[in-house]
Amino acid sequence: MKKIDAIIIGAGPVGLFGVHQLGIKGLKAVVIDNLDKAGGQCIELYPDKPIYDIPAVPECTGEQLTTRLLEQIKPFKTQLFLNERVNEVRKDNENWIVTTNNKKEFIAPNIIIAGGVGSFEPRKIHLKQAEQLEEKSVFYAVRDKEKFKNKKISIFGGGDSALDWALELSKFSKITLIHRRNEFRGAQHTLMEIKKLEKAGKVSIKTPCQIESLESENDLKSITIKFDDGKTEKIPTDVILGFFGLIMKLGPIAEWGLNMNKKTIEVNPENFETNKKGIFAAGDICSYPGKLKLILSGFHEVALASVECFKRARPNEKYRFEFTTSSKTIQDRLGKK
Amino acid sequence: MSKIIYKDFKGNSKTIEVENGLSVMEGAIQNEIPGIDADCGGSMACATCHVYVDDKWFDKIPKAEDAEVDMIDMAFEPKKNSRLSCQIIVSDDLDGLQVSTPEKQT
Repeated sequence: MKKIDAIIIGAGPVGLFGVHQLGIKGLKAVVIDNLDKAGGQCIELYPDKPIYDIPAVPECTGEQLTTRLLEQIKPFKTQLFLNERVNEVRKDNENWIVTTNNKKEFIAPNIIIAGGVGSFEPRKIHLKQAEQLEEKSVFYAVRDKEKFKNKKISIFGGGDSALDWALELSKFSKITLIHRRNEFRGAQHTLMEIKKLEKAGKVSIKTPCQIESLESENDLKSITIKFDDGKTEKIPTDVILGFFGLIMKLGPIAEWGLNMNKKTIEVNPENFETNKKGIFAAGDICSYPGKLKLILSGFHEVALASVECFKRARPNEKYRFEFTTSSKTIQDRLGKK
Repeated sequence: MSKIIYKDFKGNSKTIEVENGLSVMEGAIQNEIPGIDADCGGSMACATCHVYVDDKWFDKIPKAEDAEVDMIDMAFEPKKNSRLSCQIIVSDDLDGLQVSTPEKQT
């Protein structure tokens, strides 16, 4: 098990800046995130949308903000554990032990929860049979293409994931692409390619329609889709791939015994500590009187939390407030000569 | 102030006086109407304030932008009369507007 000074849950802007604030104080952190890349909502929800309210940055996109934060924390060589969801938090004397869904364990005196609105998970088909067939013939991600060879595949969705996989898997399988409206929001050039394949009879496109039912005997046999005009159609199907986008779920955080207010965690605004000593919350997930869900508020919150983290991680040292402009120690930690 | 009627998926309805200029989502949150989560706080980034607009009203409210329609793809059980309630701004013209909340948001 790895012992560090702080475990940061969430690799969004606030979690990343937390690495910086801990790092300049000489504290080592790890960051854990359920997504496959850093950036949180900035990357998952609005990578191309400009943000106009980061102080001294008149305009930048979610992606640029993330890239710059990653650049800013480079000197601290912090490990990011991606594709890992924190499942369990338990106490071990003065420390906390965190366990992920992949059974990785970390131990630290401090946890900073910078989890936004929770972890991103795929939106699923709300039919009982779909639940029973999940990971057998109903999938929400493609991990191993080989599994999808020479199959009759029904792909749902109108975004890039749906279009990209329709194109890719059409090379060796029969694809039906199904979307609830006529317009696809994915890249138009991919759509053009797919339209060509439709003409060639390799892909069939069904819109505007939604799934009505699944027919199975042990294995999936077919699906029935319903068009907006009420007509239904049965489509022989071995595999369903659903790309309905991601939803945010608070997940296991709700079960850690923290004082909650709706979907947010109550904190003391002096140090952003929760009702549990050594567990902090910053960014969109925390609540206190007057809370604003802005990135800049999250930066402030995690900076204050990092001071308290220092006191817990170095109980025998005195905390000294220092400026990056004048502190030799901080400049050394940043690798500046 | 305009009257907005919020109906849940079981058919129970509540009529709330909402200040003009607020969104239908804000009207719901401020009056603790269940069934609207609004996780992203109204930035059209999450589809958890999804509502079905009563057919009589659907054409009377300003049309959804592309970004909203894209986001509705990610809502729970979207229909033809689906909208994000954070994008419907209350005004005198919408006095009496009726929206229904889906069975769930996530």
